[in-house]
Amino acid sequence: MDTSEDILQQASPDLVRGPDTARRTKAARLSPSFISWLQAGPMMLVFLSFFLIPLVFVVIVSFWDYNEYQLLPTFSGRGYTDTFEGCIAQLPELCTIGRTYVMTLKLCFLVWAITLFIGFWVAYFLAFHVKSKTWQVGLSLLCTIPFWTSNVIRMIAWIPLLGRNGLVNSGLVKSGLINHPLEWLLFSEFSVVLALVHLFTFFMVVPIFNSMVRIDKSLIEAAYDAGATGFQTLVNVIIPLAKPGIVIGSIFVITIVMGDFITIGVMGGQQIAAAGKIIETRVNALQFPAAAANAVILLVITFLIISMMSRIVDIKKEL
Amino acid sequence: MKEGRPRSFYVLAIFFAAYVLFLYGPMIAIYVLSFQGPSGGLTFPMNGVSTFWIAKLFQGTGIVDLGAAFRRSLLLGTIVMIVTVVLSVAAGMAFRRKFKAQSILFYSAIASLIVPSIITSLGISLEFRIIDDLIKAHWNENFETSMGLLTSGLGAHLTWTLPFGLLIMFAIFNRFDPRLEEAARDLGATPWQAFRHVVLPIILPSVIGIGLFGFTLSWDELARSSQAIGAVNTLPLDLQGLTTTVTNPDIYALGTVISAVSFTVISLALGTIHVLNKRQAARGSDAGKGLV
Repeated sequence: MDTSEDILQQASPDLVRGPDTARRTKAARLSPSFISWLQAGPMMLVFLSFFLIPLVFVVIVSFWDYNEYQLLPTFSGRGYTDTFEGCIAQLPELCTIGRTYVMTLKLCFLVWAITLFIGFWVAYFLAFHVKSKTWQVGLSLLCTIPFWTSNVIRMIAWIPLLGRNGLVNSGLVKSGLINHPLEWLLFSEFSVVLALVHLFTFFMVVPIFNSMVRIDKSLIEAAYDAGATGFQTLVNVIIPLAKPGIVIGSIFVITIVMGDFITIGVMGGQQIAAAGKIIETRVNALQFPAAAANAVILLVITFLIISMMSRIVDIKKEL
Repeated sequence: MKEGRPRSFYVLAIFFAAYVLFLYGPMIAIYVLSFQGPSGGLTFPMNGVSTFWIAKLFQGTGIVDLGAAFRRSLLLGTIVMIVTVVLSVAAGMAFRRKFKAQSILFYSAIASLIVPSIITSLGISLEFRIIDDLIKAHWNENFETSMGLLTSGLGAHLTWTLPFGLLIMFAIFNRFDPRLEEAARDLGATPWQAFRHVVLPIILPSVIGIGLFGFTLSWDELARSSQAIGAVNTLPLDLQGLTTTVTNPDIYALGTVISAVSFTVISLALGTIHVLNKRQAARGSDAGKGLV
């Protein structure tokens, strides 16, 4: 296959050659920076056309006007005023958007805390207790494979377990612990959090594991030799050194939950309002400026959370 | 080195096993339930065992036009996979030297990964809507739409798969020994030969990994497709649409079929990677003996 980098490598023999190599070249010389552009340009172009420009459009359209069926490209703050409707009038009660964000942040916090706990100990086990390389790779793969399968399937997989006649309820009723099936097991906040943890703990395990395997084992031995207990070693040596992974994993999980609308929709029985869900609802109603305004608000809040967290750690250095 | 394992090992081993059970248990439940008998329902116990629901899916008499959605998803996934591999390897090579806009590309990739999918998806849909309006206003009044599976849909999927591809390339070149390439050049290889015969064989297992990510992430993609895919649906979108309406095991059968494709691709990729690694290990040791 004649890929782009193949072509440009052929065209530019000095690509991987040091500048001091004084070998004659058959093809015309291209400057190294031009070659870099040829190599990285296509990817940059994809991000430009399908990510950066679309983001700009989201911001622009959020200030447009709209009626029942179309966009009106005139300046208007209606997308935002509609979103914050009643927020001042209803004080001290929270308005719809306020309540939605409280709910979203609550889900975020719960999922973050649980995935961090599970992710940390799973990564700890893999990094420090599994000694053989083969087992480490095998068990890591075991954790990764579900990530390569469909999220929707992993959501609906809970239905036969948690439904009114599901395994959990029938088990509990049979054992006499409860008389009536529990209603809050499915299509509730509980099932939303459960599904989000189920789907996204992976994003916590990988970066924490990466940080942990880089920890020099002699540091841990040194801590033990100096008389530290296991707990002290954990708190004073391992956690600080695993902090970059913890922060990166947290950023992943929090941003995923902040913008999620599918898991919250499917597992919440389409009844729970969340930040991502509002955007979807507005789009379905063809109120694009209002959808865009909500997207901008979500983007700003997500950005604030990330910039707060990335103060703790330099992401670029950790990859 | 034969000291007994600490007690924490057993506690964490049980914790890990519970996590794996938590990961796989529910999935296995629906695979089993998709083989319900014809009168079976959405939950256990099984009402007989049959391939009734899966057969129904393939007859096309069921809930969705499975064949068409299946082909669309397969086509899109394959194209996304190829583009992801090519662009990631190319960009990964570029990152081995400093170049202008390096950090712009890096931060674009990271941002694309963590900006909520619904926002990217909405943005792409707005972009294409505006392009459509422009075409209608200035060139062709009867123009329908430029949105579609292989325009906006492909772009949306790439914003999700390319960051993974690039990060995997970083991981590869972090532990890549540049002396191998130098040796090839000293032996007279052209840069293309050095890439084709030295670099590529070494990184090939990881490149297959990038392909695996590219295909599976596209095959199961939902959030970014939701607004940007155009008039047609991919398989996961059809599946999601069914979650609110369907009351019989159709949906599990569809889930099982989609997963079967995922697992086939995963096994093929992992199998190939395994064979390549083994071969590399065998040949590498020979080379070492010859040289040292």
